[in-house]
Amino acid sequence: MSYLSKLHRIFESGQFAVTAEIGPPKHASAHGIRHHAHMLVNHVDATNITDCQTAIVRLSSIAAGVHILDCGIEPIVQMTCRDRNRIAMQSDLMGAYSLGMRNVLCLSGDHQKFGNHPMSKNVYDIDSLQLVQMVRRMRDEKKFLSGEAIKEHEPRFYIGAVANPFADPFEFRVDRLEKKVEAGAEFIQTQCIFDMERFERFMEMVRSRGIDQRVRILAGITPLKGWRAAKYLQTGVSGMLVPDSLVERLKKAEDQKREGIEVAIEQIKYIKENVKGVHGVHIMAIAWEEVVPEIVERTGLYPRPRFEDRDTAS
Amino acid sequence: MIIAQQKPIKEIATMVGDCKRVALIGCAGCVTVCLSGGEKETEIMASALRIMRRLEGNPLETVTFTATRQCDPEYVDALEGLVKDVDAIISLACGVGVQYLAERFDKWVVPALNTDFIGGSTVHGIWEEKCGLCGACILHKTGGICPVIRCSKSILNGPCGGSQYGKCEISKDVDCAWQLIYDRMKKLGKIDRLLEIQPPKDWSTSRDGGPRRAVREDVMIG
Repeated sequence: MSYLSKLHRIFESGQFAVTAEIGPPKHASAHGIRHHAHMLVNHVDATNITDCQTAIVRLSSIAAGVHILDCGIEPIVQMTCRDRNRIAMQSDLMGAYSLGMRNVLCLSGDHQKFGNHPMSKNVYDIDSLQLVQMVRRMRDEKKFLSGEAIKEHEPRFYIGAVANPFADPFEFRVDRLEKKVEAGAEFIQTQCIFDMERFERFMEMVRSRGIDQRVRILAGITPLKGWRAAKYLQTGVSGMLVPDSLVERLKKAEDQKREGIEVAIEQIKYIKENVKGVHGVHIMAIAWEEVVPEIVERTGLYPRPRFEDRDTAS
Repeated sequence: MIIAQQKPIKEIATMVGDCKRVALIGCAGCVTVCLSGGEKETEIMASALRIMRRLEGNPLETVTFTATRQCDPEYVDALEGLVKDVDAIISLACGVGVQYLAERFDKWVVPALNTDFIGGSTVHGIWEEKCGLCGACILHKTGGICPVIRCSKSILNGPCGGSQYGKCEISKDVDCAWQLIYDRMKKLGKIDRLLEIQPPKDWSTSRDGGPRRAVREDVMIG
């Protein structure tokens, strides 16, 4: 069997995948990205490269992906629907593939209101579901969105999407996940899990409909630096659920950062042991990449699998 | 209807700062209903401008009239005598009216309003946007709630991950259109229709396709 990417291969080999996240900087140097990549290279299977997250202008996710790849990590290039129309998206998908990117994560993107250019005009020519469908169509049908044939060298991405079990309406979240799978998503990253009970209810619905058999699900884990971070996510970010008990636990801790790491480790262990249908974790250590190796090691996920032959299709 | 709001009076005064005599033309259509450019607002604006200019020691002469509709050549033609001797025309219509006046008369025409959106009132004094003018209505697929304009990301397969407690991620004051769509479809027993993947929209019927034109040959004369 040939694999679309290393991440694809990890999943197909039945191993519990570990991915992390690298956010490109607000400047034109790759120094920081490469520093983080070197830090994570032995501990993760791939890293997401965010696409101007929270609508803040940052170094391009595709360009950052080239640096990450050069450091030995497989990138998962994020692509949002906020800033590009279908012409630019298809162009960038082909460009990214030509530069060695093999995974793409399709998402709507945060509204520009949150960023450093709230006066900008958003695009949303297509939505995240339609983007998934488009990437799949380019690959499997060798067609542009318009229907025109891609005569040769179609981009062959392993296609990801996101799911947020903590947003509303809760009962429709599994339906929407299923729609994304129908559209062609092959792996899913979830929003940061803090409310484990809700996540388990979500996964129960996912399993009861057999969706976990059709798509690989990475549970989103975010270590928190302290109770203020928890409180901010609880009250300031729409679509997040942070239980009061977690805020309190961090508040009471002598060393809050240490406690944040412990919580993340407990969550991963719990999910790995108890939540069926999850195929890996996606660790989003926001501006705290250096804690990822410890989390991976202490959850028994280290060392990461190595493949002797070529990892990906080229 | 078209919802428009008045520009700040200082901004309007600046636009006609070098004029001695201006015509203020209201419109009895949409902008009368949304209380921004009808007869009453036209008279009030004319007095405000006259008072401002008198206080500056540079008096302004005004003539006022409220046309039945500024988006109709027939009613615009009738203004010819009125605007003959003015240095500028201030239109209190939507952007359509301003352009009709500018097209018809060789005069400096300035807008008194910002044309905001098409929508309606919820309670007296509050208007809300309801239609995105996309040119290819999909309201039959979304329970009569327009995601093109009421979803801040125009998502056709919503709701996105930013929807919580019925509100949009952009503000706690903004309802999530997809929550409304979901609730309504549920009430009507048609949730299954939301499971269908909506294909990418053809925006060529929207603003993106250049200025649009509607032709009804059956009602054309001659």
